[in-house]
Amino acid sequence: MTVATLDKQKVAVQPNNWSKLQRFWARNPALILGIFLVSLVVVIAFMAPSLAPKDPISHDYSARLSPPSSEHLMGTDKFGRDIFSRVLIGTRVDLSIGVISVIFPFIFGILIGMISGYFGGLLDNLLMRVVDINVAFPFYVLVIVILAILGPGVINMYIALILVGWIAYAKIIRGEVLIAKNTEYVLAAQALGYSHWRIMIKHILPNVISPAIIFAMSDVVMCILAGSSLGFLGLGVQAPTPEWGVMIADGREFITSAPWLAIFPGLAIAVVGISFSLLGDGLSSLLRPTDN
Amino acid sequence: MGDILRVENLRTYFKVRGGVVKAVDDVSFTVGDGEVLGLVGESGSGKSMTCRSILRLVPPPGEILSGRIYYQDQDIMTWPENHLVDYRGAQVSMVLQEPMTALNAVHTVGKQIVETILQHESVSQKDAEQRAIDLMRLVGIPAPERRLKEYPHQFSGGMRQRVMIAIALACRPKVLLADEPTTALDVTIQDQIIRLVKDLQEEMGMSVVWVTHDLGVVAQLCDRVAVMYAGRILELCDVIELFENSRHPYTRGLMESVPSGNTRAASKLIPIPGQPPDLLNLEEGCPFRERCRYTVERCQEKDIPLVKVSDKHYSACIRQKELWES
Repeated sequence: MTVATLDKQKVAVQPNNWSKLQRFWARNPALILGIFLVSLVVVIAFMAPSLAPKDPISHDYSARLSPPSSEHLMGTDKFGRDIFSRVLIGTRVDLSIGVISVIFPFIFGILIGMISGYFGGLLDNLLMRVVDINVAFPFYVLVIVILAILGPGVINMYIALILVGWIAYAKIIRGEVLIAKNTEYVLAAQALGYSHWRIMIKHILPNVISPAIIFAMSDVVMCILAGSSLGFLGLGVQAPTPEWGVMIADGREFITSAPWLAIFPGLAIAVVGISFSLLGDGLSSLLRPTDN
Repeated sequence: MGDILRVENLRTYFKVRGGVVKAVDDVSFTVGDGEVLGLVGESGSGKSMTCRSILRLVPPPGEILSGRIYYQDQDIMTWPENHLVDYRGAQVSMVLQEPMTALNAVHTVGKQIVETILQHESVSQKDAEQRAIDLMRLVGIPAPERRLKEYPHQFSGGMRQRVMIAIALACRPKVLLADEPTTALDVTIQDQIIRLVKDLQEEMGMSVVWVTHDLGVVAQLCDRVAVMYAGRILELCDVIELFENSRHPYTRGLMESVPSGNTRAASKLIPIPGQPPDLLNLEEGCPFRERCRYTVERCQEKDIPLVKVSDKHYSACIRQKELWES
C-alpha cells in the first residue's frame, strides 16, 4: 500500500519538474537559450586544445589558402594554418578578454559609484568630474590614446579597457544609490545604528546591482568586439596568437579570393555576442522586480 | 521620575533655493522615564523632523542649526558620529510610518532582526536567532519559527509593522520613537498595534515618543502631549488637561474638527479655515495667527514663547489668560 503510493508520487514528481521547466521556457526563452549558448562557449573555451584537430600556429605551406573541406573544416589561411583550430583556440583568447575587461571595471565601478552616491558632497563631485572627462571622449578614441601612450600589447590593452570601462558601472550604480539612499529601509537601517559600510554593502548593494549585472552582459560583448577591433588594428593581441579580430584583419586581403578567412572568425564573434546578449536580456526580465 | 530625553531649543532648518525652511523651530520638551509623549500636528508641522533630529539623522540639505538634545543627561549633539552608532537602535530606536517600504525586500525578516541584535551586542548567531523568534512571538506574529525565514513581501501590512516593532525593540532601547506607525494601516490593525506598543511599553518600562495626527490615538495611548504647528510647539500638557482645558486656539480647533462617537447629524464639524503657512521664510509672530479667530495685532509682533499656564501645562498663545482664565 505504502509502496504503491510512493511510486505514484515518484511518477508524479517528474512531469511536475518537466512542466516547471516548460513554464519557465515559455516565460523567459531568452534566458534559457542564453545560459545554454554561453555555457557552450565556455565549455569550448576550456576544451579548445583537445578539440582543435590541428596545431593553430604551425605553418603548412602545402595547404595554403585551401577552401573548407573534410580535412580543414573552415579552410586554411595564407600560412596553411587550420582556421577551425584557430577559431576554437580564439574562443579562449576572446572570452578571457571579454571576462577580464568586464570583471575589474564591474568591481571598481560599483565601488566608486556606491561611495560617490552614498556619501555625496565633495568626493562625489570630484569623482563625477573624472567620469565626465572620461565620457567626453568617444570610447575607442580614449582606448587608443591610452594604448598609444602605453604601447601595444595584451596587458596594456587590458589596462586601457579597464581604465575606460569602470565609468559606465559607476554611473549606473551612483544613480541607483542616489534613489536607494532616500528610501525608508535605508533610513530604518540608519535609525537602527548600522554602520555606513554595512548599509552600503548589505542593504543598498543587493537592491541596486541588477542593472549593473545586465549591463555587464552586453559589456562582455562590447569588450570582445573592442578586443577584436584592437587586435585588427594591431594594438592588442599580436599575431600569431589566434584572436578573432586579428584573424579577420589577416583575411582582409583575401576577402574576394578566400572569404572563409574572415567569415568564420566573424561568425564566431557574432555567435558569442548573441549568446551574451540573450543572457543579458533574459536576466533583465528575470531581475525586473515586477516579474518576481 | 527622571527625564530620559531632554530637547532644548532645537532648530532644524533646511537651506533651500529661495530661503530657509524652518522645519523645527525652537522646540523644547522632555520625555520622562516610562512616559508616552504624543507629538501631534498636521502634515509638515515638523513632527518627523523632530524625531529624526533626536537621532541626528536629518537628511540634507537639512541640518540641526542649534539646540541641545540630552539623553540620560548627556548632550548627544557633542558626540562624534561613531559614538552615535551605538546610540541609534540600541538606546533610542525608531519605527517608521510605511511598513511596506521600511523593510529591505532582499533579506528575510529573521535576518533583519538578527542583524540588528548582532550589530549592537556580541552574542552568537544562534542566540540571536532564538531572540529573534522570541521577539516575533512577543509582538504577536504567529508561527515565528517558520515566518523567520520569510521575506517581507510575504507579510501583510500589519504583520510588517509588527516586524518593524520587533526590530526596533531588539536591543531593548530606553526610548522608542514611533513616527506615525499606524497611519498606513487600517483601523482594526491600527488598534492592535497601539495596544501592542502600550503593553510592551508598560512591560519593558521604556519611554515612547508617538508621532501622530490622530487625536483619538493620543487619548488612548499618551500621558503627555505636545501640539506642533509650523515647526513649533504651541501647547504642551497632560493628555487629560489637553482634552478638558486646552489653552490654545489651534488645539481647540483641532478638537472641534474631529468627529466623535456622539456627534449628531445636526452638530456639524467645524473645520479650521485656511491653509498652514508656507514654511519657506516664515515671518515672525504666531504662525497660526492668520487662521485664528482670536487674532489681534500683538500676535504678529514677535515669536510667542511657551508660557506656563499651570504646573505641567504650557501654551504659546498670547491671549490664553484673557480668553480662558475665567
